[in-house]
Amino acid sequence: MCGIVGLLLKKPALHDRLGELMVPMLIGMTERGPDSAGMAVFGACLPEQQRKISVYSGLTDDGAAYDWVGLADAVNAALKVHATPVIKGNHAVLTFEGPAEPVKAFVKTFDAKLHLLSAGRSIELYKDIGTPAEVAARYDFAHLGGSHLVGHTRMATESAVTPDRAHPFTAGEDFCLVHNGSLSNPNGVRRMLEPRGIRFETDNDTEAACRFLEWRLREGDTLHDALQKGFEALDGFYTFLMGTATELALIRDPFACKPAVVAETDDYVAIASEFRSLAHLPDVKHARVFEPAPEEMYVWKI
Amino acid sequence: MSHTEQPVHVTRRLQKEESASYDRSTLDYIHRASATGLYEIRGLGAKRKLPHFDDLVFLTASLSRYPLEGYREKCSTRTVLGTRFAKKPIVLDTPITIAGMSFGALSANVKEALGKAATAMGTTTTTGDGGMTPEERMSSKTLVYQCLPSRYGFDPDDVRRADAIEVVLGQGAKPGGGGMLLGQKVNPRVAKMRTLPEGVDQRSASRHPDWTGPDDLAIKIQELREITDWEKPVYVKVGATRVFNDVKLAVHSGADVVVVDGMQGGTAATQTCFIEHAGIPTLAAVRQAVAALEDLDMKGTVQLIVSGGIRTGADVAKALALGADAVAIGQGVLMALGCNRDTYQQDGQIHSAEAGYAALGTAPGYCHHCHTGKCPVGVTTQDAVLEQRLEPEWGARHVRNYLKTLTMELTTLARACGKQDVHHLEPEDMVALTVEAAAMARVPLAGTNWIPGQN
Amino acid sequence: MEDLSFDLAVQTVRALNQFLHGPADTLAGRHVRVSNPDGAHNIAVGINAPVKVTIEGHAGYYAAGMNKFAEVVIEGSASTGVAENMMSGKVHVKGFASNSAGASAHGGLLVIDGDAGLRCGISLKGGDIVVGGSVGSFSGFMAQAGRMLVCGDAGDALGDSLYEAVIYVRGTIKSLGADAQIEPLTEADIASIAELLAAGGLQHEPASFRRVASARTLYHWNADADQEY
Repeated sequence: MCGIVGLLLKKPALHDRLGELMVPMLIGMTERGPDSAGMAVFGACLPEQQRKISVYSGLTDDGAAYDWVGLADAVNAALKVHATPVIKGNHAVLTFEGPAEPVKAFVKTFDAKLHLLSAGRSIELYKDIGTPAEVAARYDFAHLGGSHLVGHTRMATESAVTPDRAHPFTAGEDFCLVHNGSLSNPNGVRRMLEPRGIRFETDNDTEAACRFLEWRLREGDTLHDALQKGFEALDGFYTFLMGTATELALIRDPFACKPAVVAETDDYVAIASEFRSLAHLPDVKHARVFEPAPEEMYVWKI
Repeated sequence: MSHTEQPVHVTRRLQKEESASYDRSTLDYIHRASATGLYEIRGLGAKRKLPHFDDLVFLTASLSRYPLEGYREKCSTRTVLGTRFAKKPIVLDTPITIAGMSFGALSANVKEALGKAATAMGTTTTTGDGGMTPEERMSSKTLVYQCLPSRYGFDPDDVRRADAIEVVLGQGAKPGGGGMLLGQKVNPRVAKMRTLPEGVDQRSASRHPDWTGPDDLAIKIQELREITDWEKPVYVKVGATRVFNDVKLAVHSGADVVVVDGMQGGTAATQTCFIEHAGIPTLAAVRQAVAALEDLDMKGTVQLIVSGGIRTGADVAKALALGADAVAIGQGVLMALGCNRDTYQQDGQIHSAEAGYAALGTAPGYCHHCHTGKCPVGVTTQDAVLEQRLEPEWGARHVRNYLKTLTMELTTLARACGKQDVHHLEPEDMVALTVEAAAMARVPLAGTNWIPGQN
Repeated sequence: MEDLSFDLAVQTVRALNQFLHGPADTLAGRHVRVSNPDGAHNIAVGINAPVKVTIEGHAGYYAAGMNKFAEVVIEGSASTGVAENMMSGKVHVKGFASNSAGASAHGGLLVIDGDAGLRCGISLKGGDIVVGGSVGSFSGFMAQAGRMLVCGDAGDALGDSLYEAVIYVRGTIKSLGADAQIEPLTEADIASIAELLAAGGLQHEPASFRRVASARTLYHWNADADQEY
């Protein structure tokens, strides 16, 4: 049970302000989600031959004092990919030349307690336990820039409050998902996907939805078709908000018990579980405010 | 001897072999289902044998633990509920409360009797799925008002008149199912209170109409606080299923008190398949609930009420020892009023109720036909004739006696464990007689140090 | 008497509600303006006096919940459960309303100028709901008594498990719920519709509405009828 937020800035001139606009949205969702918070930010796309990964060291012994420079050096020594880290305590974004898979595999063998958060050309992902305000301060969300983001605050339901079970969940490259609600058949979905080579990291029900979409996208479905199949395969209550390199997408299940509201102007599209999180946005008094209908797919492109 | 000349006693024995899976009860179920095409609906709680408080015993006084004197040395039973946020917490003289049961399921006389008994004992009674009657508000010094998925008769004036509000997600007899009242019990008064046509079967709402999930429950609880200007404690009641998670989420949502109702908990009407096959035993639920509160460091700040098959003073003592702050009793008080008793008292005379039971196809000691509205002792009925068989004064006295007995037994056991306050009972005061009870209650198997699953 | 103001940017919802729970004789006839609501929850809940409240913007959950006697105007939109369990009085949402609008209301009048979300009028126990726009799926679910008027369209499962409440719809109905059926309009219905339209300040031809009511086949459970119960 949770709060979700999404923001897409239509004008490049506003991209510097993404974080500044987002922090009050996230904090507005604290009562819905006091345990942990996460944010996926999509910024300027790296050139085709480069990738970046977000990595979390909170589960290692050194935690926020992790030797990220040492990690980058080890990656470069082994793979020669010109990896450079941008460090924020227990979090680092590693940018490098070449595909992501070899670097991800190396990082996991280098230190099994490091947690890989995301991979892609555009996405950076942060998540940790703590209140939304604490997490926002820890990673300086207020100064992040980019074109769009997907964020989440969590009140843990069926799985434990640990950072890896916070949302967003990612799959493949430049894709993430946040979820408000509760799926009733996540274990069956997991058991269907594991023999197909889809690896699960947690017992979180949201991960089941994310991996299902990962499978369908891997099999060549468009996001639209994958979500359509999701209506059949995924049971329970959900509002899903997804981010790709170029778009935000939102769907609600047919019961639509979990809330969602959208505010749109010429400058932005903002989504949140409650209007409270949108109330501070510029010119929101003149925004088109509406509730997404159930079972419809809403897609906004940058 | 030839085959046809075998001794008679050999052949007779082989002809009557009962099946454990297809026993008489199962055969009866299949015969009935095939005849009617209906599921069975009945009252009371799970009847099959389950791990329960009987499987625990107290380690009372010994050379290393000294008892209190039964008569001279005080053992306090004072209990406070709702200390977390409310301006006016509930203060009880005994940790034994009366569980939520509806007017509609029960007669008005019963609600009045329960109120009077609770007042005499210094404890609370609770409204049910149907709203608050003037009788119970007048007769109950302290009254808890339920907010259920159906919202039958839910009235802000009653919210303001109540001493605490109990938001009900579900009950142990049918977690995930809603209230049920068959048409024969929807008499004019019940119909008016519940806004239903008379004589019509009431359908069950299993979800609340305006919230789903703990994130929305948090806002709903705030609404109730705002309406009552933050004075009254808000309880959250769940049927025992995923107890650990539910209790944590209830606390996160802002509950002052959590009520956990195990599968032995009763109902006036629901499908038998629900009663027997949904929910977990109260014994398992208590420890999970306590573990959740301890995990959040909320033990003592958010209180825990446990219900579902609390019958005796020993049950109360064991529930408290496992970590509950209070218990709620439903079926037990109905039995104190005469449920399954072979007689009733009316106009100063004792009458036989046998004919009434026989008419239902049952007998005293076996009856669970609350749903019919034909309760032979006038408890779970709306029938104008039958309800006279339970006189409020007589009923109040009997319930009070029952609760008094339980409270005395509770203090007897607590004193024997050396406690000056029943809330000082702890899990280490007990051991288990079976492996299942040891695992569920997380106390050692008697004579060993072994707690299955813990060490 | 002049209007009273509460600015939720500087004052708390709790203080506002506490004020609105004051003695009925001091509140009667007063007009309270609430500025900067910004989607706050539980604004003006549990009022028990004939006071008028204007919420100047968007309200969060349960705005005017359990209202008795008061007139509450919401100039923006209202989130889940607006006027839930209302007993009497009037609530007017000028924008749209989210899910469960008027849930379990026992009396009073709820007017929504825009659309209402899913489960509008769920568990209705009396009172009137008038919607200028459309309503979402499962509206009128288990509605026991009272009237609903929908000038736009209705979603799926309209009036599922209806008891005695009646729903009038002008636009299309995506699907009817279990035991709900369309019945011909009577003179009494025409008069009701006209009354409800006037109450909502709406102009439509009463005869352009259809009446949805219970077929009453679920009133007594019957296995032979293959009921889903």
